[in-house]
Amino acid sequence: MDLLSYLPFTLPHPALLLAGVLEGTVLAAVLALTALGLSIVFGIMRVVNVAHGEFYMLGAVLAWFITHTITGAVGGPPWLGFAVALIVAPLIVAAIAATTDWLILKRLNYDPEATIVATIGILYILQQLALTFYGPDARPVEAPFDFRVQTPYFGYSGYKLCVVGAAILLMLVVWLVLTRTKIGFVMRATQYDSETAQAFGIPVDKVYAGVFALGAGLAAIGAVLIVPIQQAHYLMGGDPLLLSFIVVILGGLGSLKGTLVAAIFIGLSDGIISTLYEPTLAKILATLLVAMVLVFRPQGLFGARAA
Amino acid sequence: MIRSILLHGLVIAALIALEPMLSEYHHGNLARIMVLATYAVGYNVLFGYTGLLSLGHAMFFAAGMYGCALMVRLAEWSVGPAFLVGVACALIAGIVVGFLALRTIGVGFMIVTLMFAEAAYLTILYYNEYTRGDEGFTIPQSVRAIGTLDLSDTTTRYFAALTLFSICLIASAALVQSKAGRVLIAIRENEDRVRMLGFDPFRYKLLALVTSAVMAGAAGAAYAVLFGYAGASFAGVQYSIFPLLWVLLGGPGTTLGPLLGAVLMFYLVDYASGTIMPGLAALVETQFGIEAPGLASAWLLLVGVALVLLVLFAPRGLLGTVRVRMIPWLP
Amino acid sequence: MAAIAQLTAKGLIKDFGGLRAVDVDGFTLHEGEIRAVIGPNGAGKTTFVSLLCGRFPPTRGTIAFAGRDITATPAHERVALGIAYTFQITSIFGNLSLYENVALPSQRRVTLDGNGKVRERAMAALERVGLADRAGEIASAQSYGHQRLLEVAMGLALAPKVLILDEPTQGLADSEIADFIALIRDVAQETTILLIEHNMPVVMALAETITVLDQGRVLAEGAPEAIRANAAVQTAYLGG
Repeated sequence: MDLLSYLPFTLPHPALLLAGVLEGTVLAAVLALTALGLSIVFGIMRVVNVAHGEFYMLGAVLAWFITHTITGAVGGPPWLGFAVALIVAPLIVAAIAATTDWLILKRLNYDPEATIVATIGILYILQQLALTFYGPDARPVEAPFDFRVQTPYFGYSGYKLCVVGAAILLMLVVWLVLTRTKIGFVMRATQYDSETAQAFGIPVDKVYAGVFALGAGLAAIGAVLIVPIQQAHYLMGGDPLLLSFIVVILGGLGSLKGTLVAAIFIGLSDGIISTLYEPTLAKILATLLVAMVLVFRPQGLFGARAA
Repeated sequence: MIRSILLHGLVIAALIALEPMLSEYHHGNLARIMVLATYAVGYNVLFGYTGLLSLGHAMFFAAGMYGCALMVRLAEWSVGPAFLVGVACALIAGIVVGFLALRTIGVGFMIVTLMFAEAAYLTILYYNEYTRGDEGFTIPQSVRAIGTLDLSDTTTRYFAALTLFSICLIASAALVQSKAGRVLIAIRENEDRVRMLGFDPFRYKLLALVTSAVMAGAAGAAYAVLFGYAGASFAGVQYSIFPLLWVLLGGPGTTLGPLLGAVLMFYLVDYASGTIMPGLAALVETQFGIEAPGLASAWLLLVGVALVLLVLFAPRGLLGTVRVRMIPWLP
Repeated sequence: MAAIAQLTAKGLIKDFGGLRAVDVDGFTLHEGEIRAVIGPNGAGKTTFVSLLCGRFPPTRGTIAFAGRDITATPAHERVALGIAYTFQITSIFGNLSLYENVALPSQRRVTLDGNGKVRERAMAALERVGLADRAGEIASAQSYGHQRLLEVAMGLALAPKVLILDEPTQGLADSEIADFIALIRDVAQETTILLIEHNMPVVMALAETITVLDQGRVLAEGAPEAIRANAAVQTAYLGG
């Protein structure tokens, strides 16, 4: 008899396992990008942005509008529509975020609790405006190109692999901007002590609006990348919000390195578990883990002591 | 003290007097509002008086609702004892969550409660076989009775809801005007100082959280019994946000704010989704030629706008503002 | 005077990160005395008394009160034992009335004693600092001096055995300071006083013994005249 049948669990077929790892990698890449946005906003502004998932959703919905207009109305090729969406959608989302910061968050003086309540309100406003103008249907966006990469078991979407590459590239750019440029220096100075930064002539208001816009823009880029894989829908912001929260908290609030490590960990395990096992159970365990981490180890599992 | 007793007595008397005058439609609405207001009264004990902002109260509402409804559905208990099981479930949930979540403060507390509630919501979905998930299940009219008292009868239902609401309203008013209530309010104002005056803030916060959870659970169980339905949507994030919104609107830290907020928001949403939004949708499409396929069903837009406006311009809510401007003794 | 040790600390150390904020080998507060703790800014005075009243735990060392080890006793229980602390930065309940502010500690005392009336006790505490006629007014609407007095009244309402005052005269006008000195002399009839103070005339008028802290350590301890004459203290203050 096959010895393996005595194991208390069934081993997945290698093909299924590979599929899980690949899907998990794609998810981890987009998740890292989205969670990075949440983490930067919290790290620099100390704002917990509950509406973060809606900026992600807006990115996807705008990508649909843009590609639909370019390929449908103007008759351009799919890659053109997608390329325009990849640049324009995040910019529009960033502009909306900066306006939100200026109109609402700034007036609350970034009081932590009031800000959370306000971002819950913003969540509903953005989500319901999307429902109003985009409607309740899920709509697909065509991938800009399509080729298959052959694995020993199956052909895998080349686009998905490119998403991973693009996400890594973008994160590198963000990291370079934050650590090597004057903009990054100004942001870190503001994070360290906003009053002193103000006294040294740093326009803290503008930095905050910019950081909020950057955070939302990163979520929107993640969404544009994912929308050829998942369809755009006005309720699609919930999952990335929850997962980003999990990642940012496990990684240590405000710690960028921790966020990346946690994103890879959660993205991969979520990808593998969702492909092979019961996704709801995995989410229950993940949310409980997050709660326990906040209760017993607020600096996170992967982060150093909170910066 | 006497003014406070008179005021609460008057409100309850008004709700009694209103009953025969209401149309069938408003009759059902008000019964529902009183159950939801009970939930909000519980929320207010924690948020309005103790200053702890929970984003996960739906888990206590759902603990009451499912604790009760599942006993009826699976164990075929009658609704009276099942109601008590529901309240007991919320009590236990309150104690467990309290011991863990109260180790955190501020934003940490908000996120921990949010995460616990999310886990509870997902658990309900996971045990789909028993709970029937999002779709939920009904409790047949035939079993919704205590002895000869038919709780599905509209008048009986109204007075059952009123009884529950009155008990919780009076209990909350008594609590916040008691010695313990004085400590709760002081914790909201300055927790560190309370500790240095010799009180253990944890004990008092736990008291507030458990009281709050029990009231939320009682409301959830009553909802299942009086309206004959239990569904996972009542455990979702939205049902954690609603009591926050009602309390913010009516006035956090005022005993009657939760009722006022629940009444106003219920009718605002009802009127808007029935009349304003469909009308607006038609207007936008015919007059401006803009396609707005989802406007008619986007009533949650009001919830978002209300939250933002309240937190920006009226953080004291209606009765809180009345207290500051006109009636300083308002409990 | 009878020197009965009431509050003692041994080998008390508090580190913040790599910084040693407090390093006090031995400290003894005697029953009934008025003790002043002085020292330059950043000497660790507030940290030191915060360790005594339990706002945070020491890194090492022990604290005993009336012969009982209280090192692990939480702050609120130390208050119940009789150690009261009034904050350096005025820490009152701004949105509540003066009465409600003192009713809270009065209520605690009444519960601990198992007798007495909250209202009488609260009014007596307000009376003592001269704020009784303002009992119904909102605390945040009071002048700074009155808020400081309210802070002291909250401590008095607890009827503590040891009252720790953290820079109580900071920001007071000269006329208010004279009244304050009289008040503390009166309170000292029944309570041991531990006073952190910058204002040297106040220290000289009140203190029976002075402890000088510098960089977390006890630099000198003794009668006011001796401290005034102490060369090391002068150097520390003059920054030599």
